[in-house]
Amino acid sequence: MPGPRVGLFATCLTDTFFPSTGRAVVRLLERLGCQVDFPMDQTCCGQMHYNTGYQAEAMPLMRHFLEVFRDDETICIPSSSCVAMIRDHYPKMAAVSVDPAVSRAVEKLLPRIFEFSELLVDKLGVTDVGAFFPHSVTLHPSCHSLRSLHLGDKPERLLKQVRGLSLIDLPEAGECCGFGGTFAIKNVEVSAAMLSDKLRCVLGTCAEICTAADNSCLMHIAGALSRQRTGIRCLHLAEILASTEAGEVS
Amino acid sequence: MSIRVGEAASAPDFPVAAKKLVSNAQIRQNVRRATDVIRNKRARVVAEVDDWEQLRDAGHEIKEHVLRHLDFYLQQFEAACTRAGGVVHWASDADEANRIIVDLVRAQEATEVIKVKTMTSDEISLNRALQAAGVTPYETDLADLIVQLGEDQPSHIVVPALHRNRMEIRRIFSEKMNLPDLGYRPEDLTEAARAYLREKFLRVPVAISGANFAIAETGAICVVESEGNARMCLSLPRVLITLVGIEKIIPKFRDLEVFLQLLPRSATGERMNPYNSIWTGVSPAGGPREFHVVLLDNGRTNVLADDIARETLDCIRCGACLNACPVYRQTGGHAYGSVYAGPIGAILTPQLQAMQHSQSLPYASSLCGACYDVCPVKINIPEILVHLRGRVVEENHAPLIEKLAMKAAAFVLETPERLSLAQKAARIAQLPFTRDGVIRHLPGMLAGWTSIRDLAPIPKQSFREWWAKRQKEPRL
Repeated sequence: MPGPRVGLFATCLTDTFFPSTGRAVVRLLERLGCQVDFPMDQTCCGQMHYNTGYQAEAMPLMRHFLEVFRDDETICIPSSSCVAMIRDHYPKMAAVSVDPAVSRAVEKLLPRIFEFSELLVDKLGVTDVGAFFPHSVTLHPSCHSLRSLHLGDKPERLLKQVRGLSLIDLPEAGECCGFGGTFAIKNVEVSAAMLSDKLRCVLGTCAEICTAADNSCLMHIAGALSRQRTGIRCLHLAEILASTEAGEVS
Repeated sequence: MSIRVGEAASAPDFPVAAKKLVSNAQIRQNVRRATDVIRNKRARVVAEVDDWEQLRDAGHEIKEHVLRHLDFYLQQFEAACTRAGGVVHWASDADEANRIIVDLVRAQEATEVIKVKTMTSDEISLNRALQAAGVTPYETDLADLIVQLGEDQPSHIVVPALHRNRMEIRRIFSEKMNLPDLGYRPEDLTEAARAYLREKFLRVPVAISGANFAIAETGAICVVESEGNARMCLSLPRVLITLVGIEKIIPKFRDLEVFLQLLPRSATGERMNPYNSIWTGVSPAGGPREFHVVLLDNGRTNVLADDIARETLDCIRCGACLNACPVYRQTGGHAYGSVYAGPIGAILTPQLQAMQHSQSLPYASSLCGACYDVCPVKINIPEILVHLRGRVVEENHAPLIEKLAMKAAAFVLETPERLSLAQKAARIAQLPFTRDGVIRHLPGMLAGWTSIRDLAPIPKQSFREWWAKRQKEPRL
């Protein structure tokens, strides 16, 4: 019997900067028996515009998203902040649009949206995804994972089942890394100070890899890990979970 | 109208002020230590309360109810307070409030006043108005005293001298109280403050206080504190003037049941404040012979008019959002250029000024949500920050370069063809900036990114290109 059909919203950031995360999601979901589809018309959820105050510009992006994912029964998004954008803000944007069709579309969309680890644990009911990853890893539980989606320990439960992986607790894990979208540029000094706190904690774990359910935070953390020549790398949760004895997903 | 929030209208933008503070090791250390202590205490005592979430809901609902019927409750308060022998004054802005208070002090022919626990008086720059009228104000809250003697600005709404450590306080006291041999133990410092203040409590005939709550039903005022200095101010002088923002009203005495649980646990991590003063008008049995309440608007009705941001006025000034905020914890309060710092300040200050000043404040947040989590009256601060950013953009206060970049990005992201094209273009554009597989310098706005972080270049194949190619391949 064929597995569930899953529509992948890769996010504009992952599509452009982190295609390996997208490939990992596809490989892993297929390994778990899902039929993955990537609707080619997708672009962006509108989060950057919305959060920076360009709510009028975010509106057509939301309408586009609603159109592209109108028929997918299950939608997987490997980014907590994009899921939070959709869950927390689309209903409000729909209200502002004063378009009953948009409100209905948002209402129908929300139950079909799953953040990547939610999809695995809640929808597919798996925590052991058969991964092998012989490295020490620390998890940055991003702000949106923690305080908006309330993912709880789902990412940890998934990582703990990975063979070969040693998971090291990140001190002060719940503190923001200082990314915050355009905050990282508009308030670069404070962003840098917050990032240096996060880096101190990451380096203190002596882990080889820092992971998260958000490539946006990881882009920011990895940028500083690279600038300071720490030799530690960042990897999205999906890329760890997709890894097998054959190695990381290419 | 002269709506004013201290000097916020002329304060530097948040990123500019923050840059200075972020490089001040001493302030960062002081702020970090102090907020850590309060955060941990708060977390402990909040965890003790089984119905904390219900209490938060109740606090939110009471406040929202008051805001919907503020006109009714303010008049009810005025009537009840007047019946109890108080005199109620209405001030539409900072100047009017200052004028009322200066006139009241002059009527007593007083040249000195003692003050306690009123951030609102900093909002209207009352001390400056008093001094201009030849009246010397003495702050009596220990932290406010440290700020005043240090010729400093408050950096926290509950702990105004949070940015100072013990040795700095010792130096200020030693100089300003003329105590060259002052010790540095906490008891030495509090003893010095006690001796300095006690004499003023006994001598000065007029006191000015703030209020935590004004009870509409009875006309009573409630002030909570830790030191007992407020109690002195409220009971010893002949005349008491209380400055109250109009949002401090609660309907009934029994509503204190909710707020006197929420406030101390959120503010200082205490189960109850050591001193809870509640008084109603004047009494022949003792206390001040004259009691005045100044009800202050100063922009609060601007806030009330905004459906989404209105709940900003639910705030009970506990400061929990400051202690939880990773931005505040890096800079301390001075970066916010306002008596109201931290996340609540970032939404309150610009709104009081009708969004005409302090437009950088709604952006002084990474939207991490820690403030919303700890707020005892469930103000959705991140949502209001985003809403106010929308107003900044809509009212054309955003930088032109940002506006252009955002419009361009929106155009690109509108269709997959444009996004795909932009990805290809960016791959070419990044070539001159890429060295050994890393981008370390970018021009223009993007230089903000590379000033502190590297950027991994955009890979040769986007995900959508990989997918399209894969769809064409024969599948097993």
